[in-house]
Amino acid sequence: MIAMSLSRGHVELLQFLRDRTAVIFTFFFPALLLLLFGTIFGSESTDGGVAVSRIFTASMIAYGVLNTAFVTMGSGLAMDREDGTLKRLRGTPMPATAYLIGKGLLVFALSVAEATFLILMGVVVFDMPLPPAGHWVTFAWIFLLSTVACSLLGIAVSGLVKNARNAGAILNVPVVALQFVSGVFIHPMTQLPEWLQNVASIFPVRWMAQGFRYVFLPDEAKVTEIGGAWNLGTVAVVLGVWCVIGLVLCLVTFRWSGRDK
Amino acid sequence: MEAIEVTGLRKTYGGQDAVAGIDLVVARGEIFSLLGPNGAGKTTTVEILEGHRRRTAGDVRVLGEDPGTAGSAWRTRIGIVLQDADDAADLTVREMVRHIGGFYPEPRTADEVIELVGLSAKRNSKIRTLSGGQRRRVDVALGIVGRPELLFLDEPTTGFDPEARRQFWDLIRTLAADGTTIVLTTHYLDEAEALADRLAVVSAGRIVAEGTPTTLGGRGAAEARVSWTENGAVRVEQVADPSDLIRHLVASGADLSTLTITRPTLEDTYLNLIGATR
Repeated sequence: MIAMSLSRGHVELLQFLRDRTAVIFTFFFPALLLLLFGTIFGSESTDGGVAVSRIFTASMIAYGVLNTAFVTMGSGLAMDREDGTLKRLRGTPMPATAYLIGKGLLVFALSVAEATFLILMGVVVFDMPLPPAGHWVTFAWIFLLSTVACSLLGIAVSGLVKNARNAGAILNVPVVALQFVSGVFIHPMTQLPEWLQNVASIFPVRWMAQGFRYVFLPDEAKVTEIGGAWNLGTVAVVLGVWCVIGLVLCLVTFRWSGRDK
Repeated sequence: MEAIEVTGLRKTYGGQDAVAGIDLVVARGEIFSLLGPNGAGKTTTVEILEGHRRRTAGDVRVLGEDPGTAGSAWRTRIGIVLQDADDAADLTVREMVRHIGGFYPEPRTADEVIELVGLSAKRNSKIRTLSGGQRRRVDVALGIVGRPELLFLDEPTTGFDPEARRQFWDLIRTLAADGTTIVLTTHYLDEAEALADRLAVVSAGRIVAEGTPTTLGGRGAAEARVSWTENGAVRVEQVADPSDLIRHLVASGADLSTLTITRPTLEDTYLNLIGATR
């Protein structure tokens, strides 16, 4: 079982790295946006006295994880259903769990690489100082909860994708919309109408971005958050609840094939 | 024990019968071929046997187990050659064969399987770069890498050139000689005739005839058609045994340079069978 899962993870990673479109659009796109946003708005400072480029770096990790977990999982599963990957594996002794763990390994490796790349970019290009040691523990649990929640939701949503070729486009609608309303592209969120802030707060992205800002920004920067506090407890609860929702949706909707049998 | 036993198999989609009551038995070590036009229910039947589809009704035993509920131990004993897979395009042939082989307890080595399907020259090529026929040979390699007792082949030689088909037939015969039971669906009657020990014709969800390639649909008992030219005109006669007629013709000094004796081909028999049920 462990060997089969590792073998799946290996093959998933090989295939991802050999697919140039996936590497560019999933992996490098958040970094490109960070470079653009950071350069265009970089010299400004916020009320908390923090350079905007630093805020973008922290928030963009949420976008990165969303891409490497939610989009990779969602479009990957839709593709695997369509091209026969799942049908082929279903005919072998490999259990479904090994397939999903393999996908999980791919997502985890990509998400770690993505976060590392964005943080490095923040440090090298935008002079972002690395946070104190204690903050890395917080980073670890926020990162883990975010990756798990996004992956599970990606699996669940893949069932709604009828045609794998459209998967990227369909999955990017919620992804891009949430970036705008969750304080990733537009910060602080308090600029948005209150009802929109409330809607955005239902979804995980706002809390992911807020958590990553806690990790990488000085404590004074909390004045720009809604309510003027980091609210890490709420971050944990919301992300935890989304993990559970995602898991339940997966168990209900997971199918080996694209057609109803 | 038989390899496959099916009684009263039915599969209904939205009130329509795709499979309308099929009974069949496949013995161990046999090459069994399922023939029939598109939409006749062949693929549905085979996918139920493979455990890919659920059935609506009927009793199905494949290697002694119900494929609807059988687990991974059962799957180590079967091999499935997919008809239209397009997966693993970015892996090399060797990577993919090794990967799938790793799921079985006693797999063949990747190089051995690749050699068997005649793809040694392409072993390090990405699957994306292969031709249609080569791609299907990868599917065959993946179907046999786990040393299955029972191998399902769904229209395996579509897109093969004639030479590749002959090589493929040899491979199937080799596997059968090693004791592998083979279930083959095909559109090509020459393929069924060359390979199958027994075959069944499916039409409109039912088996309309079953037999060996030489006896199917009364083919063995069919009359011979004797044709020759006499005084510039073509003469044709249908007889059960042409011996007497030929003796008579020879004695009469008739011109036999255009003499032909034919029996219905498997194709004639097949077209008759499916024509009658349409």
